[in-house]
Amino acid sequence: MSARAWLLSDQPASRRQASLGNWYRNWLAFRANPLAMVGLAIVLLLIVVAVLAPVLPLQSPIAQALGNRLQPPSAEHWFGTDELGRDIFSRICFGARITLTIVIMVVAIVVPIGLLVGTVSGYVGGPLDIVLMRITDIFLAFPRLVLALAFVAAIRPGLESAIIAIALTSWPPYARIARAETLTLRETDYVRAARLQGASPLRILWHHIVPLCTASVVVRMTLDMAGIILTAAGLGFLGLGAQPPLPEWGAMISTGRDYLLDQWWVATIPGLAIFAVSLGFNLLGDGLRDVLDPKRA
Amino acid sequence: MSAQAIEIDGLTVSFGAGARQLFALQDVSFDVQEGEAFGLVGESGSGKSTVLNVLAGLFPSHGGAIRIGGETFGMRRSLPQRRLVQMVFQDPYGSLHPRHTVDKSLSDPAIIHGLDDVEGRVRRVLADVGLKPEHRFRYPHQLSGGQRQRVAIARALILEPRILLLDEPTSALDVSVQAEVLNLLRRLRRERGFTSIMVSHNLAVVAYMCDRVAVMNRGRILEIGAGTALAEGRFEHAYSRQLYRASSGYDRALLDELWEAR
Amino acid sequence: MSDTVLDVQNLRITFPSHRGPVDVVRGVSFSLGRERLGIVGESGSGKSLTGRAIMGLVPRPGQVRADRIAFMGQDFSTMRGRDLRKIRGKRISMVLQDPKFSLNPVMKIGHQIEESYRLHVGGDRRQAERETLAALEAVKIRNPETVYHLYPHQLSGGMGQRVMIAMMLIPKPDLLIADEPTSALDVTVQLQVLAILEDLVRERGMSLIFISHDLQLVAAFCDRVLIMYAGKVVESCRASELDKVQHPYARGLLASVPRLGDDRPELPTLQRDASWAQ
Repeated sequence: MSARAWLLSDQPASRRQASLGNWYRNWLAFRANPLAMVGLAIVLLLIVVAVLAPVLPLQSPIAQALGNRLQPPSAEHWFGTDELGRDIFSRICFGARITLTIVIMVVAIVVPIGLLVGTVSGYVGGPLDIVLMRITDIFLAFPRLVLALAFVAAIRPGLESAIIAIALTSWPPYARIARAETLTLRETDYVRAARLQGASPLRILWHHIVPLCTASVVVRMTLDMAGIILTAAGLGFLGLGAQPPLPEWGAMISTGRDYLLDQWWVATIPGLAIFAVSLGFNLLGDGLRDVLDPKRA
Repeated sequence: MSAQAIEIDGLTVSFGAGARQLFALQDVSFDVQEGEAFGLVGESGSGKSTVLNVLAGLFPSHGGAIRIGGETFGMRRSLPQRRLVQMVFQDPYGSLHPRHTVDKSLSDPAIIHGLDDVEGRVRRVLADVGLKPEHRFRYPHQLSGGQRQRVAIARALILEPRILLLDEPTSALDVSVQAEVLNLLRRLRRERGFTSIMVSHNLAVVAYMCDRVAVMNRGRILEIGAGTALAEGRFEHAYSRQLYRASSGYDRALLDELWEAR
Repeated sequence: MSDTVLDVQNLRITFPSHRGPVDVVRGVSFSLGRERLGIVGESGSGKSLTGRAIMGLVPRPGQVRADRIAFMGQDFSTMRGRDLRKIRGKRISMVLQDPKFSLNPVMKIGHQIEESYRLHVGGDRRQAERETLAALEAVKIRNPETVYHLYPHQLSGGMGQRVMIAMMLIPKPDLLIADEPTSALDVTVQLQVLAILEDLVRERGMSLIFISHDLQLVAAFCDRVLIMYAGKVVESCRASELDKVQHPYARGLLASVPRLGDDRPELPTLQRDASWAQ
């Protein structure tokens, strides 16, 4: 039996086969969407470049060569050099590591907090729900970039502060989504059946509600990724994110704006990188939504 | 211990308070004997499903007393108490978790209650409700409506409850599938001897399945009688008779009477 | 037939799937006079899609093909979009199972019916209001002035369905397609809605296609019955002769329903035969 037939079998013989088969069917559906595949390719490229940057035969992203400054794109410097003579291609590749770090860290902080606050608030209800939701409202009331700015300014500028600031300002919408879904899921017959059978609230949350909320939270997260990358770039642009000489894309645009008219590549190339990655995440998110939407039969 | 499996005394459920208080159930009392099949019929809003939900412990609050096997059942129930009463829901498309395989839906309750030989129990109960081993690792969306309802019945039975609550178990199914599920429920009751309460708006189904039937309207029980009496239209109350005639097919004469009466 | 209202020949509806196109309706033909025609079948039999195809409401990506769908002798395939729209919605109307999905939730009942009237008939506001109240009265709503000012969520299921019928009857259609119009209703309310339909059919000489899963109900209510299975009409007969049907599917369907006073130890179940779907 081929692997494909094994995966698509409608008579799976174990939980593992059933679950893998389900993933495979989702993958088939996802694969049928060309735009989503473009998004996936961009995101994969980001990951590959970020992981391999140190071992690729790149020039140093921070070594200055002042005799070589502001060179236009050429065979030697594919994307040209910046105002300190650093190779922009190399800086973009190393910058991918920073972008990826931000993305992973924000997801690692935001998704658990959002899911936890949202599902508990929605399932338990009562005074706890009110308290948690008002806290969420407070965070929601601040514009993301402004709160991030205040936060970074209060601690100290740097990549870690930027990540924490973004995470702190990003979780409330996820808590809201998770809560709204939980409120509907709580009244479904399958959750009532689980209650009837004596499942503890913890078990219901973890086994029944979280798996269904996760899909929409992950989809929303992917769609929001563009905003997060842009916020990070914005902080970098304002000098409050990653500090020089780190090759953060936003900071690169910031320094490049002085040369925008005569040496366009210095600011434009990192701008394009931000654009491409944001677009990639958006397309990926759209594709994931079509496949994972729990309302789909 | 009494021979009554279920004793319900003065059950009352209401929403709101004061002048705006609405009663979903008002002073509902009935007993069900050990091994008996009891039916509740009525139209929407009659409170028949509310009775089941209260019995199942899925309702936050109520007045009156529920005794099961002589023991008073409150709102908070222990695991052994939960195990005693299980329920099959109306909509087979909504009562199974979409991301759980049949296997998980069935083994979870057994694990919660710490039963031994979960593997064997799952296999036996699947066979018992007429499903094949090949269905065991499917997701609900890979099953037909009738198969899903069989899984839902298996999920209730794996805990070997003494009391099975059936909330319109076939109203969402096609008639040919309904016949299969009704046959299955009758066979299981014969083999396992559990007590059951079935709720339905379909008089013929309830009369066919139940030993005794209560007719409900607006949160009250109007009368209780034998299933055969219901089938023959020998109920006393005017509302029961009207329900009987309306269920017997399209009847223009009855309708004109209804309109006159309003 | 001299007085043919609707003629459908070889209707096919196809949906694409990852295993290739699937024929959901496979060559349905019937013609309808001034009568009540019931279309009965189980879920997946294609009965609802058949009704929707006549209205041009088959959801994407479904494809509808037919040798002929003709209304009052006019073949749909030869007509342009605008003329078609004039027939569908005006001379042919449709009532669906759940009125909650068909009524605008933020608009008063009266205004919705008025809008429909002014769209199809024209006339000024006052006339539209008069006609609306008359339409509500025609579906046996006892206090039309009150209902006029209600929003859809304030109606009970039976009331909502009657409002839907009132709205669909505004353009005085020649044909009404009712898709499970009473399945969500209690038995007594169901009877009332059916009676309203019956009166309207009789008084206005309207034709009715009544789509339902309930064989007995259709038998009692319609003049003629088509029984569908797997996208095909397997049997067609006069409603009064339903107990004489020949096809094993139709017979099995009839036998599997518990009746009042049923004392069979076991209900006969349908043994589906692959040849039925051929």
